[in-house]
Amino acid sequence: MRHQEIAALLDEPGCAHNHGSKSGCARPTPGAAAGGCAFDGAQITLLPVADAAHIVHGPIGCAGSSWDNRGTRSTGPTLWRIGMTTDLSEQDVIMGRGETRLFHAIKQAVDEQAPAAVFVYNTCVPALTGDDLEAVCRSAERRWGTPVVPVDCAGFYGSKNLGNRIAGEAVLRHVIGTREPEPVPAERQPADRRIHDVGLIGEFNIAGEFWNVLPLFDELGLRLLGSLSGDARYRELQTLHRAEANMLVCSKALLNVARSLEERYAIPYFEGSFYGVADTSAALRGFARLLDDPDLHERTEQVIAREEARADAALEPYRERLRGRRALLYTGGVKSWSVVSALQDLGMEVVATGTRKSTEADKARIRELMGEQAQMLDSGAPRTLIDTVRAHDADVLIAGGRNMYTALKARIPFLDINQERPYAYAGYTGMVELARQLCRSIESPIWPQVREPAPWEEQEGRTGP
Amino acid sequence: MTRIERSTSPLSVNPLKASQPVGGTLATLGFRGAVPLLHGAQGCTAFGKVYFVRHFNEPIPLQTTAIDPISAVLGADDNVLGALDTLCSKSAPALITLLTTGLSEAEGTDIERLVRTFRSEHPEHAGTAVVPVNTPDFVGSLGSGYAATVEAIIEHLVPTEGTRPGRAPRRVNLLLSDAVSPGDAEALCELAEAFGLEPVAIPDLGASMDGHLDDDDFSPMTTDGTPLEALGGCGDAAATVVVGASLNRAADRLRERTGVPDYRFDHVMGLNATDRLVMALCTIADRTAPPPRIRRQRRQLQDALLDTHSVLGTTPVGVATEADLLAGLTTLLHDAGAEVTTAVAPERSPVLDALPARRVHIGDLEALEHHGREDGVELILGSGHAAATATRLGVPIVQCGYPIWERVGLHTRPRVGYRGSRDTLFELANTLLEHRELHGDVRPYRSIYRSADIA
Repeated sequence: MRHQEIAALLDEPGCAHNHGSKSGCARPTPGAAAGGCAFDGAQITLLPVADAAHIVHGPIGCAGSSWDNRGTRSTGPTLWRIGMTTDLSEQDVIMGRGETRLFHAIKQAVDEQAPAAVFVYNTCVPALTGDDLEAVCRSAERRWGTPVVPVDCAGFYGSKNLGNRIAGEAVLRHVIGTREPEPVPAERQPADRRIHDVGLIGEFNIAGEFWNVLPLFDELGLRLLGSLSGDARYRELQTLHRAEANMLVCSKALLNVARSLEERYAIPYFEGSFYGVADTSAALRGFARLLDDPDLHERTEQVIAREEARADAALEPYRERLRGRRALLYTGGVKSWSVVSALQDLGMEVVATGTRKSTEADKARIRELMGEQAQMLDSGAPRTLIDTVRAHDADVLIAGGRNMYTALKARIPFLDINQERPYAYAGYTGMVELARQLCRSIESPIWPQVREPAPWEEQEGRTGP
Repeated sequence: MTRIERSTSPLSVNPLKASQPVGGTLATLGFRGAVPLLHGAQGCTAFGKVYFVRHFNEPIPLQTTAIDPISAVLGADDNVLGALDTLCSKSAPALITLLTTGLSEAEGTDIERLVRTFRSEHPEHAGTAVVPVNTPDFVGSLGSGYAATVEAIIEHLVPTEGTRPGRAPRRVNLLLSDAVSPGDAEALCELAEAFGLEPVAIPDLGASMDGHLDDDDFSPMTTDGTPLEALGGCGDAAATVVVGASLNRAADRLRERTGVPDYRFDHVMGLNATDRLVMALCTIADRTAPPPRIRRQRRQLQDALLDTHSVLGTTPVGVATEADLLAGLTTLLHDAGAEVTTAVAPERSPVLDALPARRVHIGDLEALEHHGREDGVELILGSGHAAATATRLGVPIVQCGYPIWERVGLHTRPRVGYRGSRDTLFELANTLLEHRELHGDVRPYRSIYRSADIA
């Protein structure tokens, strides 16, 4: 990928980062960096496309330690879980055999797995040696008759966030708009209302959490034309240009996709989240607003009233238990505030929140929710997190899986909020699950057992670590 | 106090209970050179033998007085005397336990008198200890039969004179209940040894039923276990460690007879219970702290609690075993944050009163199934018989207790102490994780608008 292309991707007019002071997308500090690379970002964006073969072109380092590492779930095909890489050897690199190897790798994937499409992810070594990914993919597609999408996402191009955008760009360039959607089947077309086609961008169906929400879409007559990329199918992604409205879910990373679809196909979009009762309701209202359908608007309000009442009742026993508990939240982007409101709704106090990947707009929302004094953490260094928990006497640390053992080794209750987590927190029912997991962690009887000194240490007059 | 509910159902469906003679047999198998002799019809023995052969994958010595229709009516005293004579003549075991059954008890047998008669009629068999135990199967269960047998063996074979507590300052008696598997017994001996103590397990299933290959090709009696000579020296020990509330009476007997002080534990599963055991061992061994290896194991267990708490936490669990094991497993689960909603024991026992379970049922595996479904259990702990229950409930099982017929080697897996607790927590969490992987938390939902030709 050329420097100008990377610069163009980084220049995102729809993103608040482009103006004023930037807090995200900063250059990493060698020796003190955290987070993934562009390849990581691209792969996690597209891997949930369940019926595609995902081939990582490079030596084993990239796929070897990352394949089958996502908590996303599919209703059908499991092809996405099959790890595929060209596993380039030293000889491949020296002799320049990478392209040939990739070409045959694509053939093998097509022959053995009959995928709906092949996504090929470029990585550092072939990018450095100059393999022509586009050309190989183009000729493989022509030769084997299956769509082959190049995703030029070498790790050194930049951050995970850039990788998200690169993946979005690949889908925009090669996938969306290459097929027309089927009409809504007659038996699914009610006489009294319109069915609207909608799209989701940046929803990854972690732990199957979107299945908490999808039934409401069906009930409201919102046909999910395609999702980038939770439980997605290649054929559905192709039709995304026909959505009447898009929701950009919980992520600035794929803003380029939402904005481009608006520019090219005049599809309006809104940003939202399915975390927490208030946000889920706001998301449903967002569609009703963009689709400009009074009947839909009315029905949406009815569904929201019903679901909120239901969730409220289900959450009541947890509110009792969680009221006044103090949480330290360390997560990225939109979640830095959307989860804050979810926690506050449970009666919890959020003592600080991480903002390393948040925009100025995100921070404004945080101040709105937590007050001007809100403590924002720009660093997720283990020491900082532990010290902050201790300083605020927090009851629980809510963060990504990589911080889990930092917390646990420090004997601090922990809740995993990021993509590796095994529980579904989206939607109204997801909120109940979140409350349940919070109680599970905070109220666990293990804490005194791991915190109190051994009996012989008490006898010796020493205290525990 | 835990709510204890007794089944009033006239029919026991998928019984959890095994009989007292089976328990007496198990206790006997923990002594070296021993043969249990069931005073009853042949079937009691045949079934009991198969029960343990399949559980341990070992040949099991077990004999019968073979009461037939005539001796059932006219008295089976001769069967007992004949059986004892035959066993002694053929293989001269070190120990025969004479265990009654429902049939012989209903007949009104007097086994104490029979043993006295045998002694006077057969002085040539004086080398074989014969211990009579009343274990009718219309009373109690495996646990109480086991405890009664241990108590009787102590009563008959531990001398009241000639010993002095502490004369062997490193020696410690480990009085072990039916909840202590061969793997547990081995682990407890090793734990005591780590303190520089010399443990004698009574009984020692860890030596006899650990599944070792002997040089000899056949033995009509147990090839290892607690040697009877060791019982003679019980009174010289510095202390007795008692594991299992069901052995309280046996422990009373031992203390009365020897004066050796004892430390009693309902179970030794989980951090807190093991802490108490380890502190007792520190006192017995006159140390201020346990050896480094044990301290390390404690930290490993703490880490395992951290690593498993989010999997086990708040998970509703059903457990069905004998009371002592139930107490241990329930505490271990409770301490890790799981909720034992449904505990089932075959018989009442005082240890059940303090069980950290929502409800305790005295009943059968149908009670486990019925109440387990009601309570929405996500995991079952129980014997191999409960595997079918788990299947019907659609939840996974971790097999423990008696009997386990369709798996090998599970009786050698320690579940006590820091290490056994740690490994059990991992096993429980992995079982749940594997199940949840296959049957995810959220039910997949397919949109009604999704095109039919999309997979």
